[in-house]
Amino acid sequence: MMAVGLTHYLVLAAILFTTGIFGIFLNRKNVIVILMSVELMLLAVNINFVAFSVFRGDLVGQIFSLFVLTVAAAEAAIGLAILVVFFRNRGSIAVEDISTLKG
Amino acid sequence: MLQVFAFYLFSAVLVLSSIGVISARNPVHSVLFLILSFFNASGLFVLLGAEFVAMILVIVYVGAVAVLFLFVVMMLDINFAELRAGMMRYMPLGVLTGGILLAELVTLAKAWKVTPVQVGESNPTNTVAIGMQLYTDYIYPFQIAGLILLVAMIGAIVLTHRRRSDVRRQKIADQNARRAQDVVEVVKVPTGAGAA
Repeated sequence: MMAVGLTHYLVLAAILFTTGIFGIFLNRKNVIVILMSVELMLLAVNINFVAFSVFRGDLVGQIFSLFVLTVAAAEAAIGLAILVVFFRNRGSIAVEDISTLKG
Repeated sequence: MLQVFAFYLFSAVLVLSSIGVISARNPVHSVLFLILSFFNASGLFVLLGAEFVAMILVIVYVGAVAVLFLFVVMMLDINFAELRAGMMRYMPLGVLTGGILLAELVTLAKAWKVTPVQVGESNPTNTVAIGMQLYTDYIYPFQIAGLILLVAMIGAIVLTHRRRSDVRRQKIADQNARRAQDVVEVVKVPTGAGAA
């Protein structure tokens, strides 16, 4: 068993990111699970940032992963607020019902 | 040796629980799987020596974001079985796209020539080192991050706040503008007649 290197973390982040993309395809009617998949993808990006930061000996990666975390929290708050308002108005969160702007 | 074992344990649970997030039948289970994957990612960060990011991940994601998801999932009365109908229709496209993307990313990661930098054990701890950079070189991005959070907070409140017509509220401005001569009437009551 070889030592854990940068490649291991990169492959893990790739698997996680792909799982997030796949989750969007799989649950393309359910906005809540789509938002959770986006969170998974952001987590994969964070793993990349931190792994590079540690293996390159540069702390900036960890600082930027904190910024990614901030934006992810803001995105979840706004996304879920929009979801709640939409459910209150339409009584449904199915993605194909969100087509009022199509005309 | 223990480190290698811990890496494979954390990453296996992380991948399995992320698959659980996207495939769970009950969305409450999805949120719980999400929490499990965040915990495992933070374990990986501890393994990497990034303790501060690991702790922030637990506090922000598990303490705030996942609880927010849980609230919304439980608050909205949604027929989730209906949303899952026709799920298998998109399976081939998803597998195709995801497979190609994963193959590309893994090829890239394997081909990446990384010159390993030997990092000497730095004197200050991880948290101190991050703080020393974050509050000096990255003070403006830090402030902007705070601004983003403020805007998100105000936006979420403005979006979800609604004025209800069936509630009587205290109107402090009206109360302050009320004057005695407008509302109090002094009546001269004659003795024995009573007030009209």
